[in-house]
Amino acid sequence: MNQAPTIFLGVFLSFASAWLGLVVAPYLQLTPQRSANAIASDAQDRAALGGIAAQGRDVYLANGCVYCHSQQVRPEGFGSDIDRGWGPRRTVAQDYAGERPVLLGTMRTGPDLANIGARQPSATWHHLHLYNPRITSPGSIMPRFAFLYEHRKIVGQRSNASLKLPPEWELEPGYEVVPSGEAKALVAYLLSLDRTGSLEETAP
Amino acid sequence: MSEMTAPAVHAAADRQVFARQRAAIDASARLPVLGFFAGAVFWLLVGTALALLASIKLHNPEFLDSAPWLTFGRVRPAHLNTMAYGWASQAGLGVLLWLMARLARAELCHTRLLIVSVAVWNVGMLAGTIGILAGESTSIEWLEFPPFAPPFFAIAFALIAVSAMVTFRNRRECHVYVTQWYLIGAVFWFPWLYTAANLLLLYTPVSGVSQASINWWYAHNVLGLWLTPIGLGAVYYLLPKVLGRPIYSYQLSLLGFWSLALFYNWAGVHHLIGGPLPAWLITLSIVGSGMMVIPVITVAINHHMTVVGNFRQLRYSPTLRFIVFGAMSYTVVSVQGALQSLRTVNEVTHFTHYTVAHAHLGVYAFFTMIMFGSIYYIVPRLTGWEWASGRLISFHFWTTAVGVALYFLALTFGGWWQGLEMNNADVPFLTIVQKTLPYLRARSAAGLLMAAGHLAFAVLFTLNLLHFGERRSGPTLFVERPQEADLALTVEPAGS
Repeated sequence: MNQAPTIFLGVFLSFASAWLGLVVAPYLQLTPQRSANAIASDAQDRAALGGIAAQGRDVYLANGCVYCHSQQVRPEGFGSDIDRGWGPRRTVAQDYAGERPVLLGTMRTGPDLANIGARQPSATWHHLHLYNPRITSPGSIMPRFAFLYEHRKIVGQRSNASLKLPPEWELEPGYEVVPSGEAKALVAYLLSLDRTGSLEETAP
Repeated sequence: MSEMTAPAVHAAADRQVFARQRAAIDASARLPVLGFFAGAVFWLLVGTALALLASIKLHNPEFLDSAPWLTFGRVRPAHLNTMAYGWASQAGLGVLLWLMARLARAELCHTRLLIVSVAVWNVGMLAGTIGILAGESTSIEWLEFPPFAPPFFAIAFALIAVSAMVTFRNRRECHVYVTQWYLIGAVFWFPWLYTAANLLLLYTPVSGVSQASINWWYAHNVLGLWLTPIGLGAVYYLLPKVLGRPIYSYQLSLLGFWSLALFYNWAGVHHLIGGPLPAWLITLSIVGSGMMVIPVITVAINHHMTVVGNFRQLRYSPTLRFIVFGAMSYTVVSVQGALQSLRTVNEVTHFTHYTVAHAHLGVYAFFTMIMFGSIYYIVPRLTGWEWASGRLISFHFWTTAVGVALYFLALTFGGWWQGLEMNNADVPFLTIVQKTLPYLRARSAAGLLMAAGHLAFAVLFTLNLLHFGERRSGPTLFVERPQEADLALTVEPAGS
């Protein structure tokens, strides 16, 4: 008996069913939602990711921040995301409208960043933390992103942008640490992460 | 499989015809299959080095951290992609092509195209891996290769699919064996998955959280509908072949295959439980994951009943020992996966090292171990040369088996505990981080063991290609087997 046609047909149909369910259906369901809010969310996207923050997201992608940091707040009663202060409410699909790629993440070796811009609005803190996470967070296992900073001899005046390191982390005299363009962009992106506002979808 | 189920009925002339056919098939498969295996072994070593680096960085974050290309967030996706597409997929492709030809009893078709595809695949691997390390990663899990790399794999795969399907069409054997169902599935599913996911995520990306659904539909199916069918197909072929007895039940084989085809598809979105996606979507995926118990238990019974009564042969045959370890791991990882997709369990395990342990139980303890076993079986038939040392194969088995067991236990316990603490808002986050350190160090130790095994494997593979040492008359076994009739291992001599 030649079973080949049965196998081909079965293999095709079983696969097509899930493709329709997990790829096509969510796309159809979520796309109209986007157009209903298109004007508002486009404006929001542009505001949030104007210029330098958008470049900062590229730095976030290039250096794989997503492998240790999620950007999603689970609902109340499911995990302790809200109790940990990671956000005042769960995040919803609308929070991510227009994001490419969407950076929900699947790992929390480090804390969630869905609202890090609101939770930690200090650019100074972020620069110190990226330069050496142990300065702001003793015991952290995050890598140093010192390669995003320039460690240089002070020539003439000290730069305005140079990091103010705490005494125990001070460099040898005559040197300073200055954020590169990439570091500034990354911090701008982190500060833009704020999903605390209410949206149509989160209205009670 | 008539040559195996009733060997006695064949007249001597028939046996000679079959032997000549096998020799012709193996000759046709020699270059492409060895090419894929050589590529696989190379990327296994690269992926292992990246794995050790990533693992050490998690407990010594300042280890080699001055160069951007060595930062954790680049090394980790480079590890995943070299292992998934460099090692696992290429080992799987070699096994798939050889099994396709052997089971069709037809020579492998378009072997020149296949050799081109080996080259194209590995050029894509090199370009993509360098791209990730250079900071071009897409940060889309399992699809991190920068947009210039996927066309290499798509082109190479198109050539491979043509060769596999033409070989299947030319089959001399009219019965389609269970292994072939799985292989046809894999050949058909992977290109659809890969093309759809790349188009919708990289080239013309859809917007917002639909991407996450597509991403996990893809990533979970790379294991479920690409690696798993090749792994199970290899077990369905090698168990009866090495033991010299047929698969226990044809009906169970049918049920196992079709329930896998139906349910595995749906399971991927359980990676997004608790996330900002429609509830129906996630619930559907949980149902699909739960239903996976059916194919898994079916296949487990079928395999177990095939081996039962012959477990002592694990003492002798390297192939058998690796694939039985792999097949048992398949049952464990799949049952664990179904449980893990339940919301109450997932609430704890999601976002923790527990998931990492689970992934390695699947891709390593199940799939990779089966590939090791398959390669130990196939390569001597292609090179006409037996393995140089049974003791070195034994070293390979024990380092990798103990290594992956330690890996799994350390991260499973560490991860479970990490999840419980993370769900208790009274425990400061950095306290949890500190308490995971011993488990992360144990993982590095496990990684070192596995790395030692991989080196032994690479040495054996290279020595075999070089025809090193003295010619052996029979297959290389762990220990010499007594000459009792009831222990006969039906292994064809190399080159026959």
